[in-house]
Amino acid sequence: MDILANLAIGFGVALSPYTLFLAICGCFLGTIIGALPGLGPSNGVAILIPITFTLGLDATSALVLMTSVYYGAMYGGRISSILLNIPGDEPALMTTLDGYPMAKQGRAGDALVLSGVASFVGALLATIGLMLLAPTLARVAFYFGPAEYFALYLLAFCTLGGMASNNQAKAALAACIGLGIAMIGVDSSSGLPRLTGGNLHLFDGIDFLVAIVGLFAIAEVFFFIESHGKGSSIGVKLEKVTIPWKDIMATKWTMLRASGVGFIAGILPGAGASLGSFLAYMTEKSVAGPNGGFGTGAPKGIAAPEAGNNAAAGGALVPMLTLGVPGSGTTAVLLALLMTLNITPGPTLFTERADVVWGLIASLLIANVVLLLMNVPMVKIFVKILMVPAWVLLPGVTMISFVGIYSLSGSYFDLLLMIGFGILGYFLRKLDVPTVPVILGILLGGNMEDALRRAMTLSDGDPMYLFSSPIAIGFWVAAIAGFVAPMFLRGILKKPEAHED
Amino acid sequence: MPSDRIFGLICLITAVAYIAAATQIQTNLFSGEFLPKLFPLMIGGVAAICSLSIMFKPDPDPAWPAGGTWGAMAIAVFVLALYAVFLTPLGFLLPTAIAAGILSYQISPNPRPAILSGLGLSLGLFVLFKYALGLGNIVAYRIPTGEKLWDAFTILIPFVGH
Repeated sequence: MDILANLAIGFGVALSPYTLFLAICGCFLGTIIGALPGLGPSNGVAILIPITFTLGLDATSALVLMTSVYYGAMYGGRISSILLNIPGDEPALMTTLDGYPMAKQGRAGDALVLSGVASFVGALLATIGLMLLAPTLARVAFYFGPAEYFALYLLAFCTLGGMASNNQAKAALAACIGLGIAMIGVDSSSGLPRLTGGNLHLFDGIDFLVAIVGLFAIAEVFFFIESHGKGSSIGVKLEKVTIPWKDIMATKWTMLRASGVGFIAGILPGAGASLGSFLAYMTEKSVAGPNGGFGTGAPKGIAAPEAGNNAAAGGALVPMLTLGVPGSGTTAVLLALLMTLNITPGPTLFTERADVVWGLIASLLIANVVLLLMNVPMVKIFVKILMVPAWVLLPGVTMISFVGIYSLSGSYFDLLLMIGFGILGYFLRKLDVPTVPVILGILLGGNMEDALRRAMTLSDGDPMYLFSSPIAIGFWVAAIAGFVAPMFLRGILKKPEAHED
Repeated sequence: MPSDRIFGLICLITAVAYIAAATQIQTNLFSGEFLPKLFPLMIGGVAAICSLSIMFKPDPDPAWPAGGTWGAMAIAVFVLALYAVFLTPLGFLLPTAIAAGILSYQISPNPRPAILSGLGLSLGLFVLFKYALGLGNIVAYRIPTGEKLWDAFTILIPFVGH
């Protein structure tokens, strides 16, 4: 009953006409952002944060808007996967496997509606799971001391690195780059600058928004220059859209199972939505057996990854809100948003800022319904927007990024730094070094160091203190396992190849 | 193969420099002698090990773009850098139109659509930011003195600018 009372508070916060309007705007924007190739949820949310910030929205409104964008982008990613065989974002990769073949059979409309419904089921179940699980986890997290937090941050970097790259050393290096950048600036305990090289602009540290927008959005421009905008906006035909009741009924168990799998994958710190959709797809493929027709346009092959990735998107919010450790790239960006709004995620969030948490959960539920209503009848509008050519889209995105960062500080230095991060992002991605650990490192570096310092102060410099509790030891074991295991599993869990024309 | 070896080497040098810088971190009574250095040293150490591992176990080379594309990207970087420093002295409209137009041309080399998208984006985004979103520090245009322009430009020249 506690949950219902809390939810009532949440809806009280989130259901005013103004926030509802923001939710609808956010869902619409988010779906577009997710659908456009080259603009994923991380990019989209990252570009919009500075603008939201300068608009002077209060914490609840900003959260409602950005979570709507977040969920919307998760919905939108499927549109370009199905129609163009280009995943709008990384988690939507698995949707191309069956979505594109189905579209080629002339059933693009069916595939879009089915995946929309699957997204809805996944996201709805995950939001309910979030409501049930998060408060419990928050209570457990109260017992975490500095040793546990340090191990937990390490776990996040290890599992994220394990999943994100084909080369553990590169993933770990990416995390080090991020952490190293986070150290720059005035040290809180001594009040003296660290690692600034005497540059006054660096005394405040490097703003994570500058890094995020540079790594995600500006880097994308270079990729488009390299490819000359190929692979975007091909003539897409979409016939009449009807609701394929038969397929929806036939895949209902698939959606439920995939939601469960995706939600659990999302909760794992650092794993995120890509793993969710991957595991959901592979599970359903093995349940269906070799005659399931996976990879040739099977409805189940569309429902599973979509339910899985949307459930994982919800699941990823659990560790982000309760522990302050994001479960994916986009939740890392959402964490950045919370930090900009001066909200510190963690166990105390649930007791001290109950209105924010439950307002957020209520707005997720609202966004989900809005998205279903928007995505089934209005899918044609989004398909039209997909036709925006890259040579208008990318300059537009770049200029919006510049204005966003410029409106934060009005300083040319941040803009130049952002271009630098764009160049860094291009080379890192070219060399198969994942960029999400860099972001996570910049975001969490300060907290991780704080935990380490407090642990060292408490124990008088005894490193064994870090392994002094069963929870901490458990995290260390999981961290090492999460880092090492993918090296051996990589041979077994091969990603299925995308459908070629 | 060579790409990863070069990348590893650059990272190794950076990591060693980072460690060296970390040992020089100033401390005082409040922070203690060792604590401000501890975490940066750990990061540098892990990064150095990773760099060595990348150098000795490199992945296959990625497909690097051809020569002309590098030029296009270098121009894009230069244009963006100019945009960054001229946004304040010149205001929003002119730099945005030029930068967006050039970027558009780099992505798809057709002059007419590029000019149109530069102009359209400049005006459209200005209206969006200024009137729909009400962002404060966007100014339509400024007429700068030559001195101010030169000041802005020198930011980009190492050791001369601010």
